[in-house]
Amino acid sequence: MDRFRMIFQYFQSNSESVMNGICGLLALASVKMYTCFDFSCPCLPRYNIAYGLGIMFVPPVALFLCGLILNRQSLVMLEEWRRPQGRRKKDLAVIRYMCSSIMQRAMVAPVVWIIVTLLDGKCLICAFSSSVDPEKFVGFANASPMQVQQLLAKVPCKDDELMRNNTSRKAVSRYLRCWSQALGWSILLILIIAAFLARWLRPCFNQATLLQARHWSNYIDIEQKIFEETCCEHSRLFAHKCILHFFESMRQEIKLHSFGLPREGEGAEGEEDLLRGITDQDQVNKLLKMWYYEKPPLDVNQVTQR
Amino acid sequence: MDKFRMIFQFLQSNQESFMNGICGIMALASAQMYSAFDFNCPCLPHYNLAYGLGILLVPPFILFLLGFVLNNNISMLAEEWRRPQGQRGKDPAVLRYMFCSMAQRAMIAPAVWVSVTLLDGKCITCAFCTSVPVETLGNASHPSLSQGEMKRVLARIPCKEIYNGQEFIANEVAVRYLRCISQALGWCFVLLMTTLAFLVRSLRPCFTQAAFLKSRYWSHYIDIERKLFDEMCAEHARSFAKVCIQQFFEGMSTDLATARCHPPRKAPADAGEAAEKLLGITDRGTMNAALKSWHRCKPPLHLHPPVLPSSNGWAGEKQPPVHPPAPRRETAAYFSRV
Repeated sequence: MDRFRMIFQYFQSNSESVMNGICGLLALASVKMYTCFDFSCPCLPRYNIAYGLGIMFVPPVALFLCGLILNRQSLVMLEEWRRPQGRRKKDLAVIRYMCSSIMQRAMVAPVVWIIVTLLDGKCLICAFSSSVDPEKFVGFANASPMQVQQLLAKVPCKDDELMRNNTSRKAVSRYLRCWSQALGWSILLILIIAAFLARWLRPCFNQATLLQARHWSNYIDIEQKIFEETCCEHSRLFAHKCILHFFESMRQEIKLHSFGLPREGEGAEGEEDLLRGITDQDQVNKLLKMWYYEKPPLDVNQVTQR
Repeated sequence: MDKFRMIFQFLQSNQESFMNGICGIMALASAQMYSAFDFNCPCLPHYNLAYGLGILLVPPFILFLLGFVLNNNISMLAEEWRRPQGQRGKDPAVLRYMFCSMAQRAMIAPAVWVSVTLLDGKCITCAFCTSVPVETLGNASHPSLSQGEMKRVLARIPCKEIYNGQEFIANEVAVRYLRCISQALGWCFVLLMTTLAFLVRSLRPCFTQAAFLKSRYWSHYIDIERKLFDEMCAEHARSFAKVCIQQFFEGMSTDLATARCHPPRKAPADAGEAAEKLLGITDRGTMNAALKSWHRCKPPLHLHPPVLPSSNGWAGEKQPPVHPPAPRRETAAYFSRV
């Protein structure tokens, strides 16, 4: 478990690592979702293409949006984009850098889904089985056009009664799967080459601007985090002072309304301090009632000035 | 176990991530509940629709309410909403912020249930099997049946073992058709939910950022203030109890000593802490009397200043507050708490 802890700490060390971690998790989740998903082609003439292409393209859009939602930096970027100028100039290069890095990370999970879909082949077989040329396959060459459409639409369903012992079905299926896997591997190759070129050639163009943009985008992110933490810290101190003030004012009120016996007793003085002058069931009840019915105002000025 | 503890610590580090953790756990629980649930379609004409739609819609509603119940902040919201104004104004924007953030988190588990149900397909297959278009999907040549008969036959589609309408429409064809519709609905629902979430999250910085920062600060403040108040009250209660019990023991020891006509036993100066902690009770009989008295007659919730030694002890159970010898005080206040 030490290894897990080290990995966890490494990913939390800075926000870029956190985002890379989330991006990786989302890609794994996308693969897992695909394997859990029970693909069942309708095997009907027009429904096939809608279903097949739908399964190939709708989940990637949802995954892309998820990638944007889960990425904290997208909010930071939007805030920086929409904020009024005030006394701090806005640098469009920084916003562009942040936008491009967010988009790149959000694109990983959809691309993984599409590639896994293509390499598996079921989607393409389902979508395009009605569009193959029946002349190429022995079993379908001799049927009427209407029948051919129906038969081809049933190719993805192995257990259908018409298709169970049909050898041409396997031929069509293999043919489509071959195309699908070729497409999948080609897309993967193109993307990897593009990524490689982008990383390798980037230092040749505008390295200085890039370093600046990266620095300031990190800065904006850190500044926001620290602001939130400081606000939390401040509200804690504020609450503490406010409550102490409330207890003090209760103590004053009690002193005013009763024979306040001067507290000269020895022993248990620490405890007396903690009791803050409230030593009676009625007094405690009154304090709790006052807390509910009349919360103190949000103003600790008198306390801090004392 | 170490991994679990680390995740737990990370999630507890602040209130928001704790809430997110609960939200994620509920989403996983909802997916697990669905897979553990044994779906049994009744395969009867009107019952199918009721059962299918019931399984689709009732558990999400329950999960939504559960999401509110498990959220600690619901009582905070209710308290802030109902408290009298007093000296502190109420800000409706803060209340709205708190409610919205709770509702958003509570919506996740129901959305997961509905998506998983639709993507699995059994519910929709069960609910809408009587509405399958037999003309387009079925075999062209078949003896026609009355509406009621046809509905009864179609209602058995989800139950393969008793399905007897193979000549009207093949079971697999109908199931595939319904499942395709169900999965399409499921993915559309997922897309819709993610689009809504994306819009809600991204439109906020564009329009109401300043108001949002304010509401967020004050809602955190209310939460922290409540926790700190509870902590201080607990601390106070602890001190109160300690002093109350100390005074009880002292009172006991003094009373018993006076009842036996010798002065209260003072621990000798060099006896050390342990002897002092005995609070003057050093034998079984005294201890038993103290315990009995604690049960039968608990002391009042009223602490008095520490007793100065006096030779005029009271035989009663309580000690009167003794006033210090200040010349301006002429009356002594004796409280009788019988």
